[in-house]
Amino acid sequence: MYKKIIIVILIIAICLSGLGLATKLLEPKYMSGILEGAMIQEYYDDPTDHNVVFIGDCELYENISPVYLWENFGINSYIRGSAQQLIWQSYYLAEETIKTEKPDIIVFNVLSMKYNEPQNEAYNRMTLDGMKWSKSKVDSINASMTDDEKFIEYLFPILRYHSRWSDLNSDDFKYLFHRDKVSFNGYYMRVDVKAAEDVPEGRPLPDYQFGDNSYYYLEKLTQLCKENDVELILVKAPTLYPYWYDEWDEQISEFAKENNLTYINFLEAQDEIGIDWSTDTYDGGLHLNLAGAEKLSQYFGTILSEEYNVPDRRDEKALNEYWTTVINRYNDEIARQEKNLELYGSVHEPEN
Amino acid sequence: MLFTSYGFIGFLIIVFAIYYLLPGRFQWQFLLLASYVFYFIADPRYLIFIAITSATTFLAAKKISDKKKSFDVWFKEHKKEYEKEERKSLKAKEHAAEKKIFLACLLFNLGILAVTKYTNFTIANINSLLSTFGRADGISFVQLIIPMGISFYTFQSMGYLIDVFNGKHEAQDNLFKFALFVSFFPQLVQGPISRYSDLSATLYEEHRFDWRTVSFGLERILWGFFKKLVIADRILVAVKAIIEDTNTYNGFYAFAGAMFYALELYADFTGGIDITIGVAETMGIKVTENFIRPYFSKNIKEYWNRWHITMGTWFTDYIFYPISASQFMMKLSKKSRAKLGNNLGKRVPVYLSSFIVWFTTGIWHGASWNFIVWGLGNFVVIMISQELEPFYRWFHSKVHVAGTFGWRLFQVVRTTLIMSSLRMFDCYRDVPLTFKMFGSIFSKSSLSQLKIDAFIEMGLTECDYLVVFIGMLVLVAVSLVQRTGSVRGKIATLKAPVRFVIWYGLFMVTLIFGAYGIGYSASQFIYNQF
Repeated sequence: MYKKIIIVILIIAICLSGLGLATKLLEPKYMSGILEGAMIQEYYDDPTDHNVVFIGDCELYENISPVYLWENFGINSYIRGSAQQLIWQSYYLAEETIKTEKPDIIVFNVLSMKYNEPQNEAYNRMTLDGMKWSKSKVDSINASMTDDEKFIEYLFPILRYHSRWSDLNSDDFKYLFHRDKVSFNGYYMRVDVKAAEDVPEGRPLPDYQFGDNSYYYLEKLTQLCKENDVELILVKAPTLYPYWYDEWDEQISEFAKENNLTYINFLEAQDEIGIDWSTDTYDGGLHLNLAGAEKLSQYFGTILSEEYNVPDRRDEKALNEYWTTVINRYNDEIARQEKNLELYGSVHEPEN
Repeated sequence: MLFTSYGFIGFLIIVFAIYYLLPGRFQWQFLLLASYVFYFIADPRYLIFIAITSATTFLAAKKISDKKKSFDVWFKEHKKEYEKEERKSLKAKEHAAEKKIFLACLLFNLGILAVTKYTNFTIANINSLLSTFGRADGISFVQLIIPMGISFYTFQSMGYLIDVFNGKHEAQDNLFKFALFVSFFPQLVQGPISRYSDLSATLYEEHRFDWRTVSFGLERILWGFFKKLVIADRILVAVKAIIEDTNTYNGFYAFAGAMFYALELYADFTGGIDITIGVAETMGIKVTENFIRPYFSKNIKEYWNRWHITMGTWFTDYIFYPISASQFMMKLSKKSRAKLGNNLGKRVPVYLSSFIVWFTTGIWHGASWNFIVWGLGNFVVIMISQELEPFYRWFHSKVHVAGTFGWRLFQVVRTTLIMSSLRMFDCYRDVPLTFKMFGSIFSKSSLSQLKIDAFIEMGLTECDYLVVFIGMLVLVAVSLVQRTGSVRGKIATLKAPVRFVIWYGLFMVTLIFGAYGIGYSASQFIYNQF
């Protein structure tokens, strides 16, 4: 009898291990090329207890440098950013963050208000796959799924990624059980420069009104922060694309006023920040490069320190040790990208 | 609910769990409920159609059966009171009364099938006829529901009615039991077309959980999923590309398309039937086999005895034989023998019956000319091969190749090529285009036309073709092993670790190499459309 039970347990263990191994092998690693897919997961490895948590899309994770905020203001911050992060995803990330730690401030970038409905499965995956399983993740998946997506494919990722068998490469084996860090407390670094040659005019839209769903989650986010005594700051990054319409700006200003929130449109403070579009962007104005991100971090860091009294924690030994490792990686990455730029004209190594 | 959908797998797990948790006497009732839920999920309106067919067939068969029984009892008691001629007349009268009920039910249900499935086809033909006479204003098409699996469950019900009418078995006394026979969910959408005497033997029985039966059923389901997901749905991409771009893919590619389609259809249809039989088997219910390695057939006649067997036997038993034995055919036989001589004359009624059977087989597959021409194509090929029998005999008396491996292989390849050519009507769904593409195989095929890149442009990578090729080799290997008995039975005799590796391996292969999920469009089983 015992022998039978052991055999059954052994069979189940082998079956599950095989499935687990196949899943690990087939899921995308995001260790080269599209690094953004690996960023959400990195949050869980680092110490929490952040004073400021940024939540939003590429307008945050490419434009603000937590390393700079630490080095210059002693602000312990993290960016929970992912590509085309939709507002309900930001909300559930905020909900999860507040359950995990209790930041003083959550900064939310409002560009995602323009999306009222689920958009794209690949972007959903980059935000949702990295989240740890929790009610927040389940709710975020349910809110984000496009018509083609199935919840079970999030539950068992092999059902989604099985077709990657023909795309497997050395990364898939190398990163089978671990990942390298790709961000610096959520910051995605680029040191190269591609100047913005013109300032775009937004194409007229048939309707400028943000959707009900977007407002629903913005209100939920506001409520969540109020209930948990977290200051919510709404920001619009100073980048030129996608175009930020005055009508959108008015709606956010109105919302912030009604809810007694701070809203900072960095587009209006470009000169004060000192952004030079010929040197501070790496993709013609869509995102800031390191130089631009550090300028914005200097500007915003001053606001956070002076107006919101975010404490300088550089005297905390454990935190200092942690940040030293991040700073070392940060400097190494700057050196690596600059070297590549010199050698190959690109921050990336040429593909073999 | 597609058999390969997550929804179906979930539905199956729930049904399976409840089925074995219930006391045995409630199992068949639960299966009826599950079948109606399955049908309801597809479209609640479908339930009306299947319920009407079930109820009318049940009532008619019951009435016929009761009449037969009471007549037999009465006749036994009173037959001595009548002369031979009077007894004959009494029997004929009784038969005529039963026939009225029988025909009313038959015509009513076939009428539903005809109206739902063939109204727009008829209108289209009338319109094209009118337009040839210069009438541009045709009849408008009508929006009709075509209930899922209507061809299958109507034929299954009518088979039952005919059997009761012919006295092969008594009618089922319980309406709900009969409703389960008509709607049993695993076979509802693509058959097989079961006979009441076969399916009822295990359908209403109490079944206790038996690991061997359940594991055999699960293995069969897994094998079906492998065929459908790894082979059929993968090669489907290339088949679609070839069919949709006939300007690019003609000549040799049209031939490749026909071959790919032969593989796809086999893996798709037999895979679906494997799932059907496997699902039923996990619940202890035996469903009739529908295929016996059809691509190993040496001629078309043999092929049709091995492919979609339940449909073939249905047409043979319920259309071919009744027509052949009808008074009209008897008279025709007499007349044709008198006019054309014994040798040729005796063939006329056989050929006419065959023609009707193949015409019906064609139109059963779909309301369009391509299916009718496909059916008649089969008829022509079978008739030609019958007419060539004397030539074959002469050939074999001169050339002694019969029975050799090479000759058998030639026969198998020849049959496959003929059947694949006929199936081009199914592929292109357009009769003139099919002839054009078939012609292009001979007129446009050349080595210079053949480019490997063209196969990649169809949407499959080299890896995909490799998976399909290996999958096909596995199919052939399994079919070869199957010739000497059940493959699952043979595997069951192997040592536990070997069995584990085989079934777990098949599971993982299907899971990883299956064409499903995002990036693949979930494809219906081909026979769901019929």
